Amino acid sequence: MSGAAAVLKASSGNAGGRSTRYEANAATREPAWVKWSILGVSLTFFAVFLLMPLVAVFVEAFRKGWDTYLAALIEPDALSAIKLTLIAALISVPLNLVFGVAAAWSITKFDFPGKHLLITFIDLPFSVSPVVAGLIYVLVFGAQGWFGPWLSDHDVKIIFAVPGIVLATVFVTFPFVARELIPLMEAQGKDEEEAAVVLGARGWQTFWHVTLPNVKWGLLYGVILCNARAMGEFGAVSVVSGHIRGLTNTMPLHVEILYNEYQFAAAFAVASVLALLALVTLAVKVWVEKRAGAAGAREE
Amino acid sequence: MASRSNRVLPGFGLSLGYTLVYLSLIVLIPLAAVFVKSSSLGFEQFWNVVTAPTVVASYKLSFGASLLAASINAVFGLMLAWALVRYSFPGKRLVDALVDLPFALPTAVAGIALTALYAPNGWVGQHLEPLGIKVAFTPLGVLVALIFIGLPFVVRTVQPILEDLDTEYEEAAVSLGANRWQAFRHVVFPTLMPALLTGFAMAFARAVGEYGSVIFIAGNIPMVSEITPLMIITKLEQYDYAGATAIAVVMLVFSFTLLLAINGLQAWTAKRTGRER
Repeated sequence: MSGAAAVLKASSGNAGGRSTRYEANAATREPAWVKWSILGVSLTFFAVFLLMPLVAVFVEAFRKGWDTYLAALIEPDALSAIKLTLIAALISVPLNLVFGVAAAWSITKFDFPGKHLLITFIDLPFSVSPVVAGLIYVLVFGAQGWFGPWLSDHDVKIIFAVPGIVLATVFVTFPFVARELIPLMEAQGKDEEEAAVVLGARGWQTFWHVTLPNVKWGLLYGVILCNARAMGEFGAVSVVSGHIRGLTNTMPLHVEILYNEYQFAAAFAVASVLALLALVTLAVKVWVEKRAGAAGAREE
Repeated sequence: MASRSNRVLPGFGLSLGYTLVYLSLIVLIPLAAVFVKSSSLGFEQFWNVVTAPTVVASYKLSFGASLLAASINAVFGLMLAWALVRYSFPGKRLVDALVDLPFALPTAVAGIALTALYAPNGWVGQHLEPLGIKVAFTPLGVLVALIFIGLPFVVRTVQPILEDLDTEYEEAAVSLGANRWQAFRHVVFPTLMPALLTGFAMAFARAVGEYGSVIFIAGNIPMVSEITPLMIITKLEQYDYAGATAIAVVMLVFSFTLLLAINGLQAWTAKRTGRER
């Protein structure tokens, strides 16, 4: 593909340039009053329902000044909550990353019966209420659950302990990486991998040198989303945690406890750290999309 | 046989085997536990739990507020998607990026932020209070939280379809004498319809199961502002595992039905627009 065409493609990926095209075309242009009404209504809706809650988190967090803010974050219970949140994310994200890659490889590179059913099953955790997600592990590992008596005989604690929190986190973040990878690898096809294998590459070499470079941005985005959800999960973790201060509280649970104790500034201080994480996640998303768009334009 | 040529690539057995084992251990077997546990209740007992007055009141709130929130999001989400695709305005990239905020922001954070805004002394609440409108700690608060978490589903399913929509169709409509509204109503909207319905269904499904962003603003007044997921939590806190499980079964059956509907809708979108889903 010629350089000029690539530039064209890249500039058509530019959101600003495209909308000017719609507005310059008489067939796709609305009367000015319609345009301004749609813009006014939709942006007001956006500001009221999305922007204001975000701004409120930071304003409330700093309401009592920097000292209170910092004190809320370095207090021992907050630190242990941060630590537990990091542990849960550090275990669940790699597990679901490996699963996502394996699932995407088997689904996109091979044909087998029941593929669509498998994809639907992978999506299941997205459609299950977080509260139900927590409940299922209580039913399996809790005191009255399937393995409850065996676990208590062997002095293993899963529910109301860290393993339960990790399990619930793994469940709610289960589909993220697979969901990002499957459509990407489907679109890439398997010609390049087959060529590599025919030329003598071994399985892992093919994956590292052919598949991975093609999907790295999507993979990164899946991991980032997975991580954001892992650190922010509330409902599922709340069911299995038992809310033991300093032991089984993650950051979102710590926010809840502070809030219910009317320590609003402290609750919002911890919440602001999570909100910052969300903003970083969104920034990475924009960046990844830009890189993926640029890479796509180069290839064609 | 077609699959012979597919097996040029290695790792089929390993990757599929790992996928199935991991899926079964983390998702399928624990989910099955809910159904097994609920069968330990007799049918009559099960029925009594899931039709108790407080539980029925919670269905009405959860399903009603979710349906309303998804409808509101369908209308305003479509407008926002339209604005993002068709118009240029300052700060557009920022708006586009922040639409995903409810996906990335932990639900508990959203919950306390919305409560702070809509409480009687909050930024918004203090202006609504004199008008006699109470949002926080009423069913209206539940609605606000569900609008927050559902919005990106609609915008992000409609937006790509709108971006891919060729302007030729609208040009043809105009050259055939249609005015702008007719072109939208009869040409653009039918193409967007399956995606809009998909977004609506996804927002609805998510809203019904939502917990974190709702419980702070809901106030959790029995028979008035208790959502169904909270009923499960309440039963668990009373060590009524069978009762919690029975309500979970109702929610799961509902989620699975909706999941099937969404899959059907996505297939319809793909057919209507020729897009891969």
